[in-house]
Amino acid sequence: MDFKDYYETLGLERNATQDDIKRAYRKIARKYHPDVNKEPGAEERFKEAGEAYEVLKDPEKRAAYDQLGANWKAGQDFQAPPDWNEGFEFSGGGYTEADEAAFSDFFESLFGRARGAGAQPRGRHTFHAQGQDHHASVTIDLTDAYEGATRTISLRAPDVDQDGHVTVKDRSIRVKIPKGITEGQHIRLAGQGTPGIGQGRAGDLFLEIRFNPDSAYTVEGRDVYFDLPITPWEAALGGKVKAPTPSGVVELTVPQNARAGQKLRLKGRGIPGKPAGNLYAVLQIAVPPVTSDEDRALYERMASQMNFDPRAKLGV
Amino acid sequence: MVKTTKVVSAEVVEAVSLAELCRSCGVRAEWVVELVDEGILDPMGQAPTRWRFSAVSITRVRTAWRLYHDLGVNKAGIAVALNLIDEREHLQQVLKRLERVNTGRLD
Repeated sequence: MDFKDYYETLGLERNATQDDIKRAYRKIARKYHPDVNKEPGAEERFKEAGEAYEVLKDPEKRAAYDQLGANWKAGQDFQAPPDWNEGFEFSGGGYTEADEAAFSDFFESLFGRARGAGAQPRGRHTFHAQGQDHHASVTIDLTDAYEGATRTISLRAPDVDQDGHVTVKDRSIRVKIPKGITEGQHIRLAGQGTPGIGQGRAGDLFLEIRFNPDSAYTVEGRDVYFDLPITPWEAALGGKVKAPTPSGVVELTVPQNARAGQKLRLKGRGIPGKPAGNLYAVLQIAVPPVTSDEDRALYERMASQMNFDPRAKLGV
Repeated sequence: MVKTTKVVSAEVVEAVSLAELCRSCGVRAEWVVELVDEGILDPMGQAPTRWRFSAVSITRVRTAWRLYHDLGVNKAGIAVALNLIDEREHLQQVLKRLERVNTGRLD
């Protein structure tokens, strides 16, 4: 097991005051909180800081940790010395309100495991309680929202055995994702949360839907947008062009004198539902490069014949 | 050990009651009422017993709780943070779209 340098985690010297510790933790927590910071590694950093703070904010635990000595380096192989915590009163439940499931083996070897949720009443009394609901998210492709899909998701959840011990259990579930789902919506899987106690019913599993970023489409609610490149002459003259959509190829009518950025609406071809979303083709005008003398001649003829100044309004 | 179970059908959560929201997020009703008073949540219906929250509220309540519990942010602070988080997500979407246009992915 690796030794953890809680002072280093919070960027502190070993002689830091309790106020220093609080300030350092708050700063890191605000910066790396997973709701605030979406960078990879932020959540990890937040959890590490939480664990370090859990120990250092409590003078009792901090004193015990300190007496392990200052010679340990982060990452060094570590075994808690026998009776290392003699004279301290936190053993077997050194947790406060923090999310104890997130703490490291190193922490557990020193301060024990949480009794928290696992400590269920035992004995003669019959006890019934409904199991907790669980939350997770599932990431799907846009086409899954159009057609529905079946996804296997892996879940890691604490499990309480008959004696009230908490263990972490991995399981996977195959979920049928209904057609017409949108990003941010939730689906509920009845009875897939924590099992109930006694005759209490099991909790539910709530899955928040997330979409994989798509290289062609962006989604807002049920509406879907994509860029449709057209030629300058298609833009000027108008006409029919073929366009790919998540539900197949369609033919679109480009109006005369179309502009770049103009949106063509394909009603009801967004994500299905009641009502279905719309699909928007956002026009992009692609300018053909000059690759031959003929091309050059054509452009030069346009330059001399067409009275067009896109900078007229700029006054130059 | 990973055990695979049979395919489970899921039900789309359209709207939830105050009780369902509290149970699902593991928070007290009073706390949710305070979020509503602060304008952080906007349920349909008049009295708390008739409130219907959109499914997005589940995410909002959970995020609000984490901000309060992990960082000690108060209600007004939560309201500001959630608005900024929403705005950032929206801007990131717009940015993604614009980046695609500007890198000339017109193939």
